[in-house]
Amino acid sequence: MSTEANTAPASAGPPQNGPGAAVPDSFDSLRSRLFDSSSPVWIFLVLVALVAIFGALRPTEFLSSFDIQSMFTNAAVAMTLAVGMTYVIITAGIDLSVGSVLVLGGVLAAKTMAALGAANPYTTGWWPIIAGLVVGVLVGLACGVVNGALIAWLRIPALIVTLGMFGIALGLADVLTSGVDLAGIPNRLGSTIGNGSVLGIPWLVVIAAIATIVGAFVLSQTRFGRYTYAIGSNEEATRRAGINVGWHLVKVYAIAGALAGLGGDLSLAHFTTTTISGHLEDNLTAISAVVIGGTSLFGGRGTMVGTVVGVFIPVVLAAGLVIMNVQSFWQQVVTGVILIVAVYFDQVRRRARNRA
Amino acid sequence: MSATATEPQLSPILEARGLVKTYGHVQALRGANFTAYPGEVVALIGDNGAGKSTLVKCLAGAAQPDSGEILFAGETVRLSNPHDSQELGIETVYQDLALAPDLDGAGNVFLGRELLRPGALGRLGVLDKRAMRDRARTAFADLGVDLQDASVSVASLSGGQRQSVAVARAVAWANRVVFMDEPTAALGVVQSGRVLDVIRRVRDRGITVVLISHNMPEVLEVADRIEVLRLGRRVAQLRAADTDLQELVGAMTGVLEREEQA
Repeated sequence: MSTEANTAPASAGPPQNGPGAAVPDSFDSLRSRLFDSSSPVWIFLVLVALVAIFGALRPTEFLSSFDIQSMFTNAAVAMTLAVGMTYVIITAGIDLSVGSVLVLGGVLAAKTMAALGAANPYTTGWWPIIAGLVVGVLVGLACGVVNGALIAWLRIPALIVTLGMFGIALGLADVLTSGVDLAGIPNRLGSTIGNGSVLGIPWLVVIAAIATIVGAFVLSQTRFGRYTYAIGSNEEATRRAGINVGWHLVKVYAIAGALAGLGGDLSLAHFTTTTISGHLEDNLTAISAVVIGGTSLFGGRGTMVGTVVGVFIPVVLAAGLVIMNVQSFWQQVVTGVILIVAVYFDQVRRRARNRA
Repeated sequence: MSATATEPQLSPILEARGLVKTYGHVQALRGANFTAYPGEVVALIGDNGAGKSTLVKCLAGAAQPDSGEILFAGETVRLSNPHDSQELGIETVYQDLALAPDLDGAGNVFLGRELLRPGALGRLGVLDKRAMRDRARTAFADLGVDLQDASVSVASLSGGQRQSVAVARAVAWANRVVFMDEPTAALGVVQSGRVLDVIRRVRDRGITVVLISHNMPEVLEVADRIEVLRLGRRVAQLRAADTDLQELVGAMTGVLEREEQA
C-alpha cells in the first residue's frame, strides 16, 4: 500500500497535448481512484470479503432476506450519526456528543408526544407524533449550534466542547426522566416508522438512506461540501479566500446535531422507549466508522461512500459471527484492528505525500 | 537579460506616498514611498525589518497605515480590507502558500469564487466542476504551468508546481497588480527558474508584478525596476539594467542613499 504515494508524475516534461494525453490521464485517475484515501477501495474489498466468507460458509442463514434486512436496520441509526460525523471530521473536528444528543432528542420527542397526545398511547394520532419527531430534530440542531458556536467563535477545542456536551445532554436527559426510560410511546410510531416497511424496505432504512444520499450529494457536489473540505485542508487559506470559516463550522456541527436528533427519533420509534443508557459508545462507533471509511482525522479528505462501508463492517461482522456461533464480542476486537490499520494507511499516505 | 523595462513616463498604477505605520513602539514604516508602473516587474527589496511586509500589507488592504496616501491609477483609495484591493484587481501570493492541499488545482484557483451550475442546481449550490476545470486548465496553460492533470490534489504536486498554482490563482483574478512575497524561497534552482518564467509571462500580459525577495541575483534577473526600503523608508529606485549587486547591497545597508529623506 505504500507504493501508491503519488497519483501524478511529479517530474515535469513538456506538456502532453494531442490524443496521447488522454491515456495517462485516465490511467492516473484510475490509480488514484483505487488507492487514494478519499475513495478507499481496499476497505470496500474488506467488506466484500467479509460478506463473501460468511455467505460461503453459511449461505442460507447469512444471505436470507431476514438477515439482510436486520443488518440494514441495525445499521440505520449508526448511519445517520456517521453522516454528520463525516462532515465534522473532514473539517478536522470531532463530535463526541452525538450519542447523548441522540438520547436527549429522543427523550424530548417522547415528552412532546406524551404531552400532546391522548392518555392512551394506542389512540395517539399523527400530529403529536410528528410534533415530537420535529422536536427531536430541533433539540439535536440546538445542541449542534451550541457546539459549533463554542468551537468556531470562542475557539474552544472541539474535543472539549463536545465532551462537555456529551455530559450535558446525557445529564439533562437523566434529569428530565429521573434516569428511568420513558414508556408509553405512541403505538403508531412503533408500528410504522419504527418497525414497519414501505415496499418491503424498513422505514428506518429508507430514512437513513435518504439522509446518506443527500449527505453524499451535498458533500461531493456543492459549494457547501467544497468549503467543508477546504476548511479541513487549510483553515487559514480558506479564510484568506474570503470564506466565513466560523459560520461554516457552526453549520457543520448543527448538521451533525440535527442528524443525531433524527437518530434519536429513529431509535425511539424502533425500540418504543428512550434507551437512555444504550448510547454511551455511539460517538466512538460513529467516529470509527468514518475513519475506517478513509476519512482523515486530520481533515481535508474523506467520502460518504467510505463511511457507509465503515458503518457496515462491524454490522456484518456481528451478524456473521452470531451465525457462525462465535462469540459476537470478537466483532469489537476485529473492528478495533481494522480501525488501527485504516489510520496507519492514512499516515503512510500522508508521509508519502509530504515527501513529494 | 532581455528586460524590456517600461519607460517610467507612464503614470503609476499603484503608488504609496509617505506611509507611516507603527506597531506599539516599533515604527515599521516612517514615511515610505512606493511606485509601481503598469506592466512591469518591480522588485521590493530591503533588509529584515526594513518594512517590506508592512508596506505590502498596507497596499493589499491587510493593514491600514496610520498616515499617508495610497493611489490607484492616480486616485486616492482607502483599502480597509483585502476585499477592497481585490475589487481593484490586486491579488497577493502569500509566502506560506495559501492553498488547500487536498483540493485539486482547479479547486484552489476557484476557492471562494466557485462556479455554480446554471439554473436550479446552481441555486442549490451545485458546483460546475467541469467549467472550473476547463478554465483552470486554460489559466495554467496560459502561464506555461505544466499540470498534466488538473484534477490531482495539490498536495501531490512538486513545490514548484504548487507555487505555480498559487500564482495562477492570483493571476486568474488580478488584472492590475500581483504581489508575490518570496515566491521562490522554498524552491530549488530549476523550479525557481520556472516560477520566474511565470512571473515574466504575467508581466507580458500587462499585469504589474511586485516581487518581494531576498535573492539579489534573482531580482536582477527578473525585475525591470527595483525599489529599496531601509528602516521604513524608500532609499533608492533603480533600473535593473543599470545596477548591480554591489549597488543593491549598498542601498539596503545604507552605504548609499539616493532618495531625499521624506
